[in-house]
Amino acid sequence: MAAPGKPIATSRPYGILAEFDNPAATMHAAEKVRDAGYRRWDVFSPYPVHGMDSAMGLKNSKVGWFSFTGGVLGYTTGMLMIWFLNAVDYPIIVGGKPMFSPFGAFPPSYELTILFGSFGALLGMLFLNRLPRLHHPLLKHGRFAQATHDRFYVVIETTDPKYSESETRRLLESAGSAHIELVEE
Amino acid sequence: MADVVTPLPIVPVVPRELEREPLVANKRSIGWISDAIAGVAEAKTPLWWWYAFIPSATLLVTMTCMIAYLVSAGTGVWGLSHPVMWGWAIINFVWWIGIGHAGTLISAILFLLRQKWRTGVNRAAEAMTIFAVMCAGIYPLIHVGRVWLGWWLFPIPLSQGIWPQFRSPLMWDVFAVSTYFTVSLLFWYMGLVPDLAVMRDRAKTKIRKFLYGLFALGWTGSNRHWSNYEKAYLILAGLSTPLVLSVHSIVSLDFSVSQLPGWHTTIFPPYFVAGAVFSGFGMVLTLLIPLRSMLKLEDLITHRHVDLMCKVTLATGTIVGYAYAMEVFIAWYSGNPYERYAFWNRAFGPYGWGYWIMISCNVITPQLFWVKAIRRNLIVVWILSIFVNIGMWFERFVIVMSLHRDFLPSNWGTYGPTWVDILTYVGTFGLFFTFFLLFIRFLPIIAIAEVKAITPQADPHHPLGGAKPGGHH
Repeated sequence: MAAPGKPIATSRPYGILAEFDNPAATMHAAEKVRDAGYRRWDVFSPYPVHGMDSAMGLKNSKVGWFSFTGGVLGYTTGMLMIWFLNAVDYPIIVGGKPMFSPFGAFPPSYELTILFGSFGALLGMLFLNRLPRLHHPLLKHGRFAQATHDRFYVVIETTDPKYSESETRRLLESAGSAHIELVEE
Repeated sequence: MADVVTPLPIVPVVPRELEREPLVANKRSIGWISDAIAGVAEAKTPLWWWYAFIPSATLLVTMTCMIAYLVSAGTGVWGLSHPVMWGWAIINFVWWIGIGHAGTLISAILFLLRQKWRTGVNRAAEAMTIFAVMCAGIYPLIHVGRVWLGWWLFPIPLSQGIWPQFRSPLMWDVFAVSTYFTVSLLFWYMGLVPDLAVMRDRAKTKIRKFLYGLFALGWTGSNRHWSNYEKAYLILAGLSTPLVLSVHSIVSLDFSVSQLPGWHTTIFPPYFVAGAVFSGFGMVLTLLIPLRSMLKLEDLITHRHVDLMCKVTLATGTIVGYAYAMEVFIAWYSGNPYERYAFWNRAFGPYGWGYWIMISCNVITPQLFWVKAIRRNLIVVWILSIFVNIGMWFERFVIVMSLHRDFLPSNWGTYGPTWVDILTYVGTFGLFFTFFLLFIRFLPIIAIAEVKAITPQADPHHPLGGAKPGGHH
């Protein structure tokens, strides 16, 4: 759900919203919308619905790459930092131990791997979701507040190349939605 | 033939005696779950909350005064003296940080193990972790004596050009504990985001809508978002698992890397981790058993949840008991007279009473959880959970008290806490409970979205979730 690619007139509605009251019906609707070839659309649910990703045709999330990069960066930072601080910049003999040993440097580097990897996961998730986003047309919509309670929504944006008010509405009606309406931008 | 084929039932028929108790009792709906959990933070402040909050806040003030006194007068106000140079400060540090471990075990390890019951207790347990690590983190900061130089622990360039010394386990501890706190906070906050959106969408006043909305970061419940969110959650669980195992291992290295009898053992890391989880579950039970009835959340934190937590306590308590036995055996088997004496002195020396309190609370108490009638009796479980907390405090007491008699009898001595030691420790409960009570008051204390996701009506392949029998779903 990225922001619209090009500016659109303010009078144009944001999209068409269809309400469902159970996850199975929502999933069937999502499969229909996917098979109809829509691209700028989304499903909203109070909890992550299992199997919805494949019903929507979503690919595996890329969050893992952000976390992996963070982890590698954390481990390297730890090892290089300890080596530089204790063996290069200000070496002090302590208890006859070597100035640098990968074993002694491992515990802090391990912790930094986890620390940076976790930041990678959280910030990567927020970046991929384009969050924080404190304004959204759907959040202004009164009925949509139920999306965090017990209702499910399929929303097709007007910017979708396949969007047509009558066709799209008919598709969502045939999917068995109990309530369909246009959402203003 | 086609007309005699009947569609296969989607849910296999389970004999009644093998049926599991549902994790959300009384077949509650998805909407009811929001109402019950969010309702706690939306209702008028109950009177009991004030009766708990005022003493907690008073203790927090006491702790602050004790720390101010310590900082102004120096560590001499504590009972530390030769040969026991590590006293209540390290005992309390290890005790509090150990308590935190149950929260991470529930949120991360049980998530990886697909233990769905964790959703009923993970939010409160993670909050407990964060506040317990805060209590723990105070001690390393204040025990350095010159608190205003505490930042020397971090690799920050100083004018004299000297750096922290990374060959010491105490430096490893700095990294372990600060990473633990940060990652626990990230994990907790990420779990809170969808629930803060629930609070935002239910908010009646402008200020609540603004504040919950701000921290919910614009969460809409989009499935494209959930997809990335669930992956990030899985990764954080995967990272927190080695983290929680490493934190108490590194804490134990503070002791075991030294060359003192009773400390210099390889069993310390796994034994400390098991003990930490054991003590943490003790504290989770102590907190949640009263809360579930006071907040009317019996349908969400059921007898089955308590039962399962008792079983984890039993398992980890048994590991701890095994570790105690193995320590004694190895002390004897090593043939090292100092090692043998250290263990003899632990049990029969001047502080032997502490050893026997530890054994009775940590070895005998958890074994009672073999009995189902005991696991199902909330009052008994609650009392036993207090024993676990006490026992684990004494475990660290026993370990630290090994210092009082080392290699040379001319070097022996005794140790006792001062009133400042005692009031600082009591004061940390003020810190812990003040934060915990504020958490109950303002945040959803059970993970709303996660509990919804484990109900049968949330499953698109279950008849209660709208699936049609015989359909391809």
